[in-house]
Amino acid sequence: MNTSNVKKIILVLALATSYAAVAGEVSDSDKIAQYREMISDGNPADFDEMRGEELWKTASGPKNATLQQCDLGKGAGVVKGAYAELPRYFKDTQKVQDLESRLLTCMTTLQGIPEEEITARPFSSDTKQSDISSLATYVVGQSKNVKMNVLVKNPKEKEAYEIGKRMFSYRAGPYDFACSTCHATSHVRIRMQDLPNFFDKKDAQSAYTSWPAYRVSQGLTRSFQWRLNDCYRQQRFPEPKFASEATIALTMFLAVSANGADYAGPGLKR
Amino acid sequence: MGNPMKIRAAVKDGVTEVKILMQHNMETGLRKEADGKLVPAWYITDVTAQHQGRTVLEAQLGISISKNPYLVFGFKGGAAGEKITVSWVDNTGDKRSDVAEITA
Repeated sequence: MNTSNVKKIILVLALATSYAAVAGEVSDSDKIAQYREMISDGNPADFDEMRGEELWKTASGPKNATLQQCDLGKGAGVVKGAYAELPRYFKDTQKVQDLESRLLTCMTTLQGIPEEEITARPFSSDTKQSDISSLATYVVGQSKNVKMNVLVKNPKEKEAYEIGKRMFSYRAGPYDFACSTCHATSHVRIRMQDLPNFFDKKDAQSAYTSWPAYRVSQGLTRSFQWRLNDCYRQQRFPEPKFASEATIALTMFLAVSANGADYAGPGLKR
Repeated sequence: MGNPMKIRAAVKDGVTEVKILMQHNMETGLRKEADGKLVPAWYITDVTAQHQGRTVLEAQLGISISKNPYLVFGFKGGAAGEKITVSWVDNTGDKRSDVAEITA
């Protein structure tokens, strides 16, 4: 083989490689991103938002009251931007509360609905939508494009944050799993799903601000409490109690890690 | 009567793009409940879109379409302020019709 032939082969090889790089496979996560963009104008979470708004403004419960006087942290009845500052400490309950536990407080105190009645259906199912979940979808929608600003000032808030941080890395259960087993490394995935690394600011922000979200595969809008509940199911932990101190503490840790980003939900997931 | 649709229509360079989000369970009739009973089929069969009395889209949907279908299409013509009417019929005979205004 003479030199020019060798050169030709190298040239062909070089062309072949560059072609492969250009035509290169679109990664699965890019395809999902494309799909999300395609349907971003048609997020069925909008319907849950509408349902939630209706519930918010409709008098119900034994006291026949609406939730329009509910204080989500920015004063009675202020919904706009409230989610971007939750969880936070509430003086009246002397507790740090996330959105759903606060809604629970409002529904029990303002409307007089027994807590057990609400927590009996904390999440939507195929056959029946959950009121508290729809209410949460409505409230978060009112914080769209609002900068996440969850404060850790009050001693109780600091305590919740610290507990949440420890819970995130707490390994237990039959699989010896922690949240951090899957969510403390960058660029890893389970099947098609890229896993956010919560110790990476950007990852944490994009993950947290895209929940609650409509799950196409389930045909339902899912709340943040549901997200945590399902994470614990996947870890084979005992099922966490709805709106419990532990789930609020973990939410606190995750919300703080998303501070500074614009809230983008309700999101859309595969 | 079904639940309301969300319709957006915008005209750009003489083409109106219509985005329709429908609220429907779209049950295939092939799925079983936990008790083993079949969930009865319940899905949209026909979608029609009309612009100023002229039919601009006729679509036949079936069981392969997901729950809460989202449909986007374009047609030539249309001006801001004009109305677009979208209607669907499902296999149980249920109907829904909603109107949206075209924006620029």
